[in-house]
Amino acid sequence: MDKFDREKALNVLIALSLLIIPFIAIEMDEPFYVTLATRVVVFAIAGVGLNLALGLGGLISFGHAAFFGIGGYAAGILASHALNYEPLMTSLFELNGTTEMLIIWGVAVVASGLAALIIGLFSLRTSGVYFIMITLAFGQMIYYFAISWPAYGGEDGLSIYVRNKFPGVNTLDPINFFLICFTLLMLSILLISVLKNSRFGAALQAARQNDERLSTVGIHPFKIRLTTFVVSAMITGLAGALYADLNRFVSPSMLSWHTSGEIMVFVILGGVGRLFGPVVGAALFILFESIFGGLTEHWMLFLGLVLLAVVLFARGGLIGVIAGKTRHG
Amino acid sequence: MDKGNMEPVLKISNLFKSFGALKATDDVSIDLYPGEIHALIGPNGAGKSTLIKQISGDLEPDLGSIHFLGKNMAGLGVADRAQLGLGRTFQVSSLALEFSALRNVMLAVQAKSGSSFRFFKPVMKDKALIEGAMEMLTQVDLQERANIPAAELSHGERRQLEIAIALALKPKVFLLDEPMAGMGPEGSKKLTEFLDKLRHQAPILLVEHDMDAVFALADRISVLVYGQVIATGSVDEIRRNPLVRTAYLGEEVV
Repeated sequence: MDKFDREKALNVLIALSLLIIPFIAIEMDEPFYVTLATRVVVFAIAGVGLNLALGLGGLISFGHAAFFGIGGYAAGILASHALNYEPLMTSLFELNGTTEMLIIWGVAVVASGLAALIIGLFSLRTSGVYFIMITLAFGQMIYYFAISWPAYGGEDGLSIYVRNKFPGVNTLDPINFFLICFTLLMLSILLISVLKNSRFGAALQAARQNDERLSTVGIHPFKIRLTTFVVSAMITGLAGALYADLNRFVSPSMLSWHTSGEIMVFVILGGVGRLFGPVVGAALFILFESIFGGLTEHWMLFLGLVLLAVVLFARGGLIGVIAGKTRHG
Repeated sequence: MDKGNMEPVLKISNLFKSFGALKATDDVSIDLYPGEIHALIGPNGAGKSTLIKQISGDLEPDLGSIHFLGKNMAGLGVADRAQLGLGRTFQVSSLALEFSALRNVMLAVQAKSGSSFRFFKPVMKDKALIEGAMEMLTQVDLQERANIPAAELSHGERRQLEIAIALALKPKVFLLDEPMAGMGPEGSKKLTEFLDKLRHQAPILLVEHDMDAVFALADRISVLVYGQVIATGSVDEIRRNPLVRTAYLGEEVV
């Protein structure tokens, strides 16, 4: 079979397996695995966001936890105000919190996009290791800000007592919440796939390969990268909002650089620039966490070995190992 | 040639650029008129690359001005100048190596034919982009290699591809940095014929080491030595110029 088709077939297989796992889990009366599968899906969305910047654009952002956390806090803050019947603000006009997921997602996406716009305006003027360090620095600034902000729990984080609402769906049923997240994952992958093939995607991939070539034909690499960075952050921010709802809890650890590293690990394990790479990466991560995490608290060691093997021997990640190298038309 | 009352397309006036104590560009004035090929020659280290970079927008001059189509280029970057109509090729090919030859040219067609901020329509289903790019590849005789990644093209083919990309920009000026480099005698001959026709599309500022090509093509030649233009004139004037003979052409010209 053609290699190109092989990746497509593999993607369908990955999506279907991920989709049926929760149903099997319910059938076997193991609801815990539904939550686990949902975690995979939410982490995968965060990875899909980063993969746009990292995989297609070559932007090694070490600060994507900022967007994941901002999305999470957007959900946490809006929901906690709504649940406590405290308006967000009363001066000028009264603005209330909400427990409607659709609104929360909108706020999470816009807030993380704005943060990315500001961070990107500064960081995208640099490249290489400086870019990594500046995104890391911005991420840590937001992390310490969250820790020292007592209004929303500071270091202790913020609890959401009831899962937020989605019109016409009982979100308390874990399967339903899984399906909401799964749908968003598929939509975000579809978005990346469309972007990749568009004029914008062509310019973005050219910017990764050769900055000089792109500007010599008259396209500003900076504008292309900034747009990419913002869209990438929006997707990761959405994942953050879902993560808050999954755990019914938001904590500053969502913003820490460990989280940035983990999101990057999802992408690299699965395959940088591969549409379903982050899904495979997140699944492997959760798998290792649940298998070895029960045996030793040093389970990351095992994951580290796999990561090492991927980086040394399989640059295309696990998807690359199975589906072969990418082809560019 | 008869310039009559034509305005120069590109006018470089009293340009200075230093790196520390090294004067890489020392009071350089060069202009380029419609329909002409103006060759820029000079020994290695004469400051040709530095000059090209200031014209393309990679480097800002310390002093002096560059006017392109009557517009001062100060403060404009590489992409801005390319949009205004500066079609540049590189001394060492600069391509998107993972992309096929076709996609490299399509990028230029896309830049020329509107915004790159279009997010939905797939480029590989965009007939106008593909056909526009194929036409340029055909012009440089690379149509058979359209689907080969740039990384797998031969050196000569990459040079041809660079020219196809520049063509696709439909520029007002071609800025060609040693297009003959490493082409071999057969390739150089073909490219010389090609550039001879190209001048009718847009004037060419040609930096070149291949003297046969320069003498065959150039309407005017400027000779750059130690950052200074020591002579500008027709092929014959430059051949006869004693300064040029000692400083640069040396034993080459009999």
